[in-house]
Amino acid sequence: MSSYVLEGNTGTWEIVVGLEVHAQVVSQAKLFSGASAEYGGAPNAHVSFVDAGFPGMLPVINRECVAQAVRTGLGLQAQINLVSRFDRKNYFYADLPNGYQISQFAHPVVGTGIVEIELQDGTIKKIGITRLHLEQDAGKSMHDQHASKSVIDLNRAGVGLMEIVSEPDIRSPEEAGAYLRKIRQIVRYLGTCDGNMEEGSMRADVNVSVRKPGEAFRTRCEIKNVNSVRFVMHAVEAEAQRQIAVWESGGVVEQETRLYDPAKGETRSMRSKEDAHDYRYFPEPDLLPLVLEQEWVDSLKAALPELPDDKRRRFCEQYGITFYDAGVLTAEQTTADFYESVAKGRDAKLAANWISGDFFAALNRTGKTIETSPVSALALGQLLDLISDQTINGRIAKDVFEEMVETGASPSAIVEAKGLRQVTDTGAIDQAVTAVLAANQDKVAEYKSGKDKLFGFFVGQVMKAMAGKGNPALVNEAVKKQLG
Amino acid sequence: MSLDTATVRRIAKLARIRVDDAEVATLQTELNSILGYVEQLNEVNVDGVEPLTGGAQMAMRLREDVRTDGEIAEKILANAPDRVDHFFAVPKVVE
Amino acid sequence: MTIAEAGAALAAKKISAVELTAAHNAAIAVLNPRLNAYITATPELALTQAQAADARIAAGGAGALTGIPLAIKDLFCTAGSRTTAASNILRPFVPPYESTVTQQLLDAGAVFLGKANLDEFAMGSANITSAYGTVENPWKRNGSDAKLVPGGSSGGSAAAVAARLALGATGTDTGGSIRQPASFTGLAGIKPTYGRCSRYGIIAFSSSLDQAGPIARTVEDCAILLQAMAGFDAKDSTSAERAVPDFRAAVKGGVKGKKIGIPAEYRTDGMSPEILRLWEQGVAWLKAEGAEIREISLPHTKYGLPVYYIVAPAEASSNLARYDGVRFGARVDGEDLIDMYERTRAAGFGAEVKRRIMIGTYVLSAGYYDAYYLKAQKVRALILRDFQTAFADVDAILTPTAPSAAFGLGEKMGDPVTMYLNDVFTVPASLAGVPAMSVPAGLSAEGLPLGLQVIGKHFDEETVLSVSAALERAAGFSALPTIRAGVSA
Repeated sequence: MSSYVLEGNTGTWEIVVGLEVHAQVVSQAKLFSGASAEYGGAPNAHVSFVDAGFPGMLPVINRECVAQAVRTGLGLQAQINLVSRFDRKNYFYADLPNGYQISQFAHPVVGTGIVEIELQDGTIKKIGITRLHLEQDAGKSMHDQHASKSVIDLNRAGVGLMEIVSEPDIRSPEEAGAYLRKIRQIVRYLGTCDGNMEEGSMRADVNVSVRKPGEAFRTRCEIKNVNSVRFVMHAVEAEAQRQIAVWESGGVVEQETRLYDPAKGETRSMRSKEDAHDYRYFPEPDLLPLVLEQEWVDSLKAALPELPDDKRRRFCEQYGITFYDAGVLTAEQTTADFYESVAKGRDAKLAANWISGDFFAALNRTGKTIETSPVSALALGQLLDLISDQTINGRIAKDVFEEMVETGASPSAIVEAKGLRQVTDTGAIDQAVTAVLAANQDKVAEYKSGKDKLFGFFVGQVMKAMAGKGNPALVNEAVKKQLG
Repeated sequence: MSLDTATVRRIAKLARIRVDDAEVATLQTELNSILGYVEQLNEVNVDGVEPLTGGAQMAMRLREDVRTDGEIAEKILANAPDRVDHFFAVPKVVE
Repeated sequence: MTIAEAGAALAAKKISAVELTAAHNAAIAVLNPRLNAYITATPELALTQAQAADARIAAGGAGALTGIPLAIKDLFCTAGSRTTAASNILRPFVPPYESTVTQQLLDAGAVFLGKANLDEFAMGSANITSAYGTVENPWKRNGSDAKLVPGGSSGGSAAAVAARLALGATGTDTGGSIRQPASFTGLAGIKPTYGRCSRYGIIAFSSSLDQAGPIARTVEDCAILLQAMAGFDAKDSTSAERAVPDFRAAVKGGVKGKKIGIPAEYRTDGMSPEILRLWEQGVAWLKAEGAEIREISLPHTKYGLPVYYIVAPAEASSNLARYDGVRFGARVDGEDLIDMYERTRAAGFGAEVKRRIMIGTYVLSAGYYDAYYLKAQKVRALILRDFQTAFADVDAILTPTAPSAAFGLGEKMGDPVTMYLNDVFTVPASLAGVPAMSVPAGLSAEGLPLGLQVIGKHFDEETVLSVSAALERAAGFSALPTIRAGVSA
């Protein structure tokens, strides 16, 4: 693994990055109220008096949100803290109804863990997880809905969030991107967060600093609310370049909160929240300590789905496919499930090639996903069956597949309707070979005088004459025989 | 520890309470009187004492993940000092 | 008339709930303009509820509180009735929901006469911080017409019950806000164990200390009210999931063989001789009833007040952050969002509330948290440990409720700390979360009521009630306030 450095005027710089990923918990109801946690909805519809911070309202914690945090912690191979606490983080903002956010500051529900990321060159790197804690999401302020006012929708206020904090182990934009993708993959596998960065159900605060190789850490800046993998990678690079320029011009990087502007490809200081930095955390007196039973944690662990890294290793062993292919096929749980139902009882390598090749290409071309794919795992499996039982050959199979994408029809129906069944009748094949050789006397002569390469030409001509339906092995055999 | 006027202003800012100069002086005196009074806690040896964080000494109950509330936007907005349709409204925030 | 007597009269159909309520409505109309015990009287609502109560009595489904007219401290959210917390910032607030405690009282058939005055957000010991004016104590010093405070923060509740403007009232107690006004107005009042009554729908002052409880004329009336107010509530995470005992039965429990602790540390240097005498009298009464008296030590008693004046403001500074003029309550417009917040809160909160928010903000702020808040929490743990140690040996503890009788409006107001000293005897039980009750035990030389406090173990309100009832019987307190319904003052 070559280490990533940036060249400045004063030599090379290393970058140091830690991520705080905010992942919205998948649950029916909110973290501390019975209002719906569903995304969207009419303004202030999914809001209870608790969420809106009305006088006398009190929080009561949702068991499923705690379970989701524990599952995620287990997926990050992390320590589960059987006793954790909630604190209040105090600050005023229009979309924070209580004037405080209920979070876990001193005693998070999940402690240290590990995530493995894979880089382009195939190396695996371990990134440390510092902690995962549960907290409430805020509402949404909108500044462009009205000429003179900002308006507030509290539908998201109180939805459960998991904040996953990494160690400052990340050393390049690529690693930052790979880490975020890996976290997203894990939570999606676990079903604890939908990982939808466009809808904001997953977003990252990115801590960036730079240093000369071998130095201690320098001052870091936090880039808030970055909402795509690509932007995280860009923001890391842009912020690192900015800091290098500051240091190299004799300046000092100030610890501050910044925003990434994707349009300009640069970060800028967030002046609007300048004085809001004394959060006055203290234990939330409306809640009691969160005490978990080890047996409950064990039962959640026993019911966890197979995690992506485990699945990838198993695919290599069980199906004999490459580590790379296994990575592609386990990127998403749905892909992996699709692959397994196709590969089961069939040529697993053939299944892998078809899915990562023609099938993905078709999804890309048609803008479909596995869930909306016109070709089901069952249908694709049937197609592979037609290949292996020699009903059709591999070339015809590609035509049949395109027809399946187009019409959604079953492969056998297409084969029957279009008469694509492979010809294995040696009489018919011999006849076709005889005709081709007769029509190409000159080429036959060249072949016989030593031009071996022409063998493929004869095979191709025969297949063409048979509309592609000849059994390739039998055709080969017949050509060889007749050429003597 | 004794509060100076700058600290009084900083605290008022944190607490989002507007104070004028006369109030700052009064608050400074009163707050220092209270802080002076609580200073006597310094006499107490608390080595090895776990802080008592709440009023009840028990573990927390967890509620089931069921939608039982919400879908009452009109009631939520009924007391709002200012609103635009079903949104709360505040002076425009420039970010 | 007591709640127990009124209940019997209603059950025997000697009086109707409508008659009882109408009489109280009339008395409120006459006396409230002077006493200011109610911020909002709701006579029509009360009559509607009384009619329903009469129907329920007629149908034979009545309970001990059916048709009983009560004052509700204006800190309990009542659906459809304005709820102010005695603050300007909630002047226009009409809750669309009912607190659990008041809902349980309504379910029992109680009649709500109106919302009782209090110190703003329950912050005060004299009911002088209300944005709706001070409350006058119906009691007078011998030969004096000087206005006295009713105590606080449940001063309106106490004044209403004392002046016969309600048969009983709800209060809340954070550091003495039920017990001290009960003591100042010749009434009984109990702060139950933290977690006994739900806090859902009660406007929060200090979440780890706030507890609802009743104020009434007798210990038995308090037991009847507490029976309906108490109980587990899934909407409050700090609510205790345990059965509510028969409190009314406990009143008759007696003290024979009970061990009563007398804490040496409550005998403070400056304690007035008449308070000390009353306390000794209480000891003698209990001994005569068959209790065993033990000297005990609660070594960290003197640190209760400083702990309280860190913990309560810290929690309050956070609890009151929601009053920002955005979703409910009053708003003062500003140039921008922050300016709007600052003007709204400057105009909406009174001086004492601002002071406590400021202190609370300061003790939680970066650099001071450990020195103040964390330290206070540790000392709070020691105070709890003191009680736990003491209760290993005794069943209940007897102390005075307050260091003095009711004082005059305008007295003790020079410096906030002087006012805070009123809570010196009531605060430790609040910090420990244990139940405590004030019961009227005698009159001062000036003719003002004085109370004794009985402190019990966690969730042992029954012993607190039985000890208090024994003191009540022995004291035979029968003095009446100067200003009261039916008497021209």
